[in-house]
Amino acid sequence: MEKSFKTVDGNEAVALVAHKINEVIAIYPITPSSPMGELSDLYSSKKEKNIFGTVPEVYEMQSEGGASGAVHGSLQAGSLTTTFTASQGLLLMIPNMYKIAGELTPTVFHVAARSLAAQGLSIFGDHQDVMGVRQAGFALMASNSVQEAHDFALISQAASLNSRIPFLHFFDGFRTSHEVSKIEVLDQDILKSMIDTSLVEAHRNRAMTPDRPILRGTSQNPDVYFQGRESVNRYYQEVPRILQEQMDKFAALTGRVYNLFDYVGAEDAEHIIVLMGSGAEAVDESVEYLSSKGEKVGAIKVRLALPFAIEAFIEALPKTVKAIAVLDRTKESGSIGEPLYHDVVSALFESQKSLPFAMPKIIGGRYGISSKEFTPAMIKSIFDELSKDLPKNHFTIGIEDDITNTSLEYDKNFILQKDEQFEAVFYGLGSDGTVGANKNSIKIIGTETDNYAQGYFVYDSKKSGSMTTSHLRFGPKPIKATYLIQKADFVAVHQAVFLEKLDLLEIAKDEAVFLLNTPYSKDEVWDRLPRVTQERIIEKRLKFYAIDAYSVAKKSNMGARINTVMQTCFFAISGILPKDEAIEKIKSTIKKTYGKKGDAIVQMNFNAVDNSLDNLYEIDVPSTVTSTQELIPVLKGDLSEFADKVIKKITEYKGDEVKVSQMPDDGTWPTGTTQYEKRNIAHEVPLWDSETCIQCNKCVSVCPHSVIRSKVCDITLLENAPKSFTYKKAKGKIFGENDVFNISVALEDCTGCALCVEVCPAKNKSQTNLKAINMTPQLPIKEEGIELWDYFLTLPNVNRDILDHSNMKESQFLEPLFEFSGACPGCGETPYVKLTSQLFGDRMIIANATGCSSIYGGNLPTTPWKKDQNGRGPTWSNSLFEDNAEFGLGFRLAIDSHKDRAQTLLENLSGSLDTTLVDELKNNEQLNETQINKQRELVVKLKETLSAKGSDEVKELIELADYLVKKSVWIMGGDGWAYDIGYGGLDHVLASGKNVNILVLDTQVYSNTGGQQSKATMTGAVAKFAAGGKAAMPKDLASMAINYENVYVAKVSLGANDKATTKAFIEAESYNGPSIIIAYSHCVAHGYDLRYGMEQQKKAVDSGLWPIFRFDPRLREDGKNPLILDYKKPSIDVKDFMYNETRFKMVEKMDKDEAEEFLQTARHTASNLYKRYTNLQNQFKNEE
Amino acid sequence: MLDLSTQYLGFELKNPLIASASPITNSLDGIKRLEDNGISAVILHSLFEEQINYEMRELDHFLYVNNETYAEATDYFPTDLEFENIDADNYLKDIEKIKRETNIPIIASLNGVSSGGWVKYASKLQGAGADALELNITYIPTDENVEGSVIEQMYIDTVKLVKESVSLPLNLKMNSYFSNTTNMAKRFVEAGVDGLTLFDNPVSVDIDLDNLTSVQKANITSSKSLSESLRWCGILFKKFDCSLCVNTGVHTGEDVLKAIMSGADTVSLASVLLLKGEKELQNILFTIQNWMEEHEYSSIEQMKGSISLHHCDNPSAYERGSYMSALKSFRVDSTFRRL
Repeated sequence: MEKSFKTVDGNEAVALVAHKINEVIAIYPITPSSPMGELSDLYSSKKEKNIFGTVPEVYEMQSEGGASGAVHGSLQAGSLTTTFTASQGLLLMIPNMYKIAGELTPTVFHVAARSLAAQGLSIFGDHQDVMGVRQAGFALMASNSVQEAHDFALISQAASLNSRIPFLHFFDGFRTSHEVSKIEVLDQDILKSMIDTSLVEAHRNRAMTPDRPILRGTSQNPDVYFQGRESVNRYYQEVPRILQEQMDKFAALTGRVYNLFDYVGAEDAEHIIVLMGSGAEAVDESVEYLSSKGEKVGAIKVRLALPFAIEAFIEALPKTVKAIAVLDRTKESGSIGEPLYHDVVSALFESQKSLPFAMPKIIGGRYGISSKEFTPAMIKSIFDELSKDLPKNHFTIGIEDDITNTSLEYDKNFILQKDEQFEAVFYGLGSDGTVGANKNSIKIIGTETDNYAQGYFVYDSKKSGSMTTSHLRFGPKPIKATYLIQKADFVAVHQAVFLEKLDLLEIAKDEAVFLLNTPYSKDEVWDRLPRVTQERIIEKRLKFYAIDAYSVAKKSNMGARINTVMQTCFFAISGILPKDEAIEKIKSTIKKTYGKKGDAIVQMNFNAVDNSLDNLYEIDVPSTVTSTQELIPVLKGDLSEFADKVIKKITEYKGDEVKVSQMPDDGTWPTGTTQYEKRNIAHEVPLWDSETCIQCNKCVSVCPHSVIRSKVCDITLLENAPKSFTYKKAKGKIFGENDVFNISVALEDCTGCALCVEVCPAKNKSQTNLKAINMTPQLPIKEEGIELWDYFLTLPNVNRDILDHSNMKESQFLEPLFEFSGACPGCGETPYVKLTSQLFGDRMIIANATGCSSIYGGNLPTTPWKKDQNGRGPTWSNSLFEDNAEFGLGFRLAIDSHKDRAQTLLENLSGSLDTTLVDELKNNEQLNETQINKQRELVVKLKETLSAKGSDEVKELIELADYLVKKSVWIMGGDGWAYDIGYGGLDHVLASGKNVNILVLDTQVYSNTGGQQSKATMTGAVAKFAAGGKAAMPKDLASMAINYENVYVAKVSLGANDKATTKAFIEAESYNGPSIIIAYSHCVAHGYDLRYGMEQQKKAVDSGLWPIFRFDPRLREDGKNPLILDYKKPSIDVKDFMYNETRFKMVEKMDKDEAEEFLQTARHTASNLYKRYTNLQNQFKNEE
Repeated sequence: MLDLSTQYLGFELKNPLIASASPITNSLDGIKRLEDNGISAVILHSLFEEQINYEMRELDHFLYVNNETYAEATDYFPTDLEFENIDADNYLKDIEKIKRETNIPIIASLNGVSSGGWVKYASKLQGAGADALELNITYIPTDENVEGSVIEQMYIDTVKLVKESVSLPLNLKMNSYFSNTTNMAKRFVEAGVDGLTLFDNPVSVDIDLDNLTSVQKANITSSKSLSESLRWCGILFKKFDCSLCVNTGVHTGEDVLKAIMSGADTVSLASVLLLKGEKELQNILFTIQNWMEEHEYSSIEQMKGSISLHHCDNPSAYERGSYMSALKSFRVDSTFRRL
């Protein structure tokens, strides 16, 4: 049979099989496994059938706990069922995994193995999650590559059906799940041959059905439970035999041979590495290289980690073995060693009497945690260690552990020479299309040539202006290098600005090809390069090509999209394919990729291909360096030692060099460090026009990155102002005659979203296309702008006491304690987050659910939450996704307990204290900031008084006195948390009556994981798992919260009503009970230019689809109507809101009739919501 | 028995009332209502090549623009979706559906920008079953360096291009800005058009004083707007071998009679239908019939062009001479007095 190849990533490789051999798929999105569920949903939405002739039912649940419950139920009802998950998601499945295994139910859970959140969260790959469920009764099977993930998805299912033991099939998150690789695909016949229909029938016959009633899930007592647990032993004993049989059957069908343990290396190897997962491929490659040089080394790739097949393992070891290093990609603090090490030690120990060789030395080590690189150099170091008389046990590799000295040293210059392999590295900007183009290139090479191809993509930690690095390998043999490219034959820099800060050519091999996208002409390019870049080009004798890709893209009507241009250049100069053939392939791929989106798009891309070839030129490289331009430091300002030694390194992409001793051991990280990272990512920035400005502060309030600030000060303070510092007489009763107003812009921190311009209500009287704030190119005003900003920062903030914080305009003079985050340009969430920090930052404690806000709020290296001039500021933490409300409630309980203790101590000590002071401290209600500040002063006095006294109680009160000052507990997160995974907890906290403030940043979609539908998703919106538009109605969380009657509830929209929004925050915080604010947050997942975000927010409200109101139980107590509607009867058609956004409009491009129905439903929803809330208001009115 | 039928673009229509593009002709329901109330043919809303291209690019852009920026969200929408209505597909499907469910001629309308676009979409509209094609060539020149003759030639070339690519009857919606409307009409007919509509009624430009922006809005006409069309219809009647349709300002049965008498084969209605609803068609037809009976006309054909330049007893009413008499009867109306 003809072999069929496909170039796919690990997730797709698995989904291709899993969708074909299951009937029900219940999932919940979690990185890096989400694409498996999304692809399955896509296949089902296209009505693709499984091998049983049905279209699998793919269902997105509210959490992984829910998904595993649904899987359990579906299995019990007799369907072949699977799920895909990772990390914390897998942990949430544990209870059901016990049940599924305990009931001997065949199923396979496919896991893109990922780190667990401990001292910090990590989305990257290791085996902590998988090893965390070892005890649940699933067989654990590891894939090491994309091909294996594809193959084992099938083999594990076949083995599970045969053995009745559920399997957990895992592969490394990102390294395998996201690696694009050319694989041989399994056809339908092979799938059918491997899945024995009689076993499927047997599974169905075991199902619960009223036609053959049985009972499961009994409650068992001490007399029999134990025996019941032991009854399954024989099934587990059979697993290795069954799996090997299935592997053999598979080999006969495909020619790909797998064993429970596969040995690679020298026949007479003495030193053996045992491991599983993607690292095994790198070891395989290194062993091949080292043994070809005569080294007696080998490796065992573990396929079946559990049940551990002792005999097969011993059998797989070469008889010459003398020393074994067992590598675990996980960490079990406090354990003697990690699980695989334990299993190997036990296996050898238990077999010691029958070993066919003398007992070897065994050491265990940890590697590759959180996708830490695992390279041939590290592998060689481990082999070197094994050759020592006393090798280090419980070692680590890949880091420098200078505290407990676990780490092995390795020679970073040791690199495998691979002449047959072509390695290319591309540095691009997130969203410039670089990664997409490279994925395309791999597909072209993988599909159109005999070469094997591999692509791996690295993204940085920011959602705006991030650098992407693409690593592409091609060659005639399967590629086993599961680590980043270390020396490249081809280096492409798609953004010349990267070279200003980074030495990107260090990676180039001698005589490699260097391609640069630069705005400069052929004659200018060389002189514009930094010194180090010129040096690299000369010393490495690089062939240097350049193109002005942005001009070519613009000329080809492609806007700022340079993917096709750069891809064409790559093929034109890399020599991978003959040029003409490559161009033809690119064009046919374009046709395939963009054909569905219309001829115009195809033609546009064709033009870009042709124009690229005409504008690509080779640069003559001079023999000497001419540049004096040094690299710009990545961080600027007065850095702390930690920032200088650690944060800076990470920012320079050299975080791997950070030593263990330099890392905070409990995950504590300093706040306020984004201010040092002058990213300069915006081509255009806002420029204030004082003449036109009406001082409304709207631009300040909407700026997602807090780069626009306003201050009012006495004009006499401006004596030393830079000449270009403009200002105007300050408006407002609170300001004096001499007070002047200024707006300044941190143009190095701006992301260029232009929300500020669109929201500005003032127009230039002579040129109505200009406003009081206008976008202008950054470069020409950069130096002056920096000077102005630095000066602005030296001016005093407006005195908080004179400002009415509930007044939107005045609130914007309050210093934001959240700035320059890594959120997307134009983010709709961060203006609310910033507002909270302005209003309550100095007393805030924040519980932040996992999601966008935890990423832009706490992703390393730099942090946006900061302190005020008194050293106070928000304290922030992210626990998990699902538990955030409870986490925040815990804050409240602890703070209340501290406060209660402090009050008791105060009472106990009152006899020895000034009575007035004690009374004042006790009686201050702290209803507003003035009273809170007063309380702080009283606490200072109290501490001063106390410091003279010395009892234990006094010491304790000094410690706890600050808790006499009101603390503001905030629980923040997105709709995925609040409506779905965290709803149970959120509901419980709402019912608690405790004084917490919940802020739901409602984007109506899972933004952080890439646009999966949530229960907040509006009807008619396209999202993942709602590919044709969501049919169901969104949940009305606000009205559910109102039902409690003692909860403050606000639904707000900054763009529609900023005054009501500000009031809502003040009211919510001052309410002594639970408060919830549901804030409309526009998002990149809505599919439109977010500069119009606020306009769209207004339209959402005007259309009636986002009602805004405030429900304040206090008003009811005062005999007033507690429900205040902040919007009027729908005044525009829903279409005028919806069809400005791709999420809604694209339905019309898929199914016009369906789109019309969605519009009708939305119209009904809008009118029903208005009726619902006006009726509710009337109901309360009748109570008055 | 009165004969209201008329020949237009080679069709025998039951009466001279056709519906021009408006929100009513955007839907099958609207068209059915028009048919039920007596309309004899319908012109669909215009297919705008620019809009199609814009929407294609918009969709492509927003499906792509935020992709591959962050490891957790390498895209934000489902991938590999099947799009149907990307390249005017819905418009074409609508034509097929409307044709199936109605019994009147359906005239598709096309507003292109590129030569490739004109040909491509004209062929697609023909393929979808349209009975005729109306070309909507509206070009507002803002470049002072482009000579009028160049623009005129561009119009002619477009007509030729479309004529070569389709066999459907071709109607052209003219504008009234040409230096010599008659000459342009002649050249259009020579280039292949089968009918001329007088005139295009472009959106109007206004200024919103509250928001300090220019705004465009649909130009709702009244009977007062009829005059220019009457003039040119009267001038063009019988000059060339083509159908004539009066488009601007037809609101009443009287307006229809005037248009027919000045030489129109049909009138196309939009504003009146938007203002008064489809049922107004019955009133208009009733007025026409009453008037014809009262004045003993037996057919539309009988009165067609009866007061045109060709047949008029006072040809000067269409030419410069009429200017003088108009001036004589001019009076200062209230609008001017206020100024």
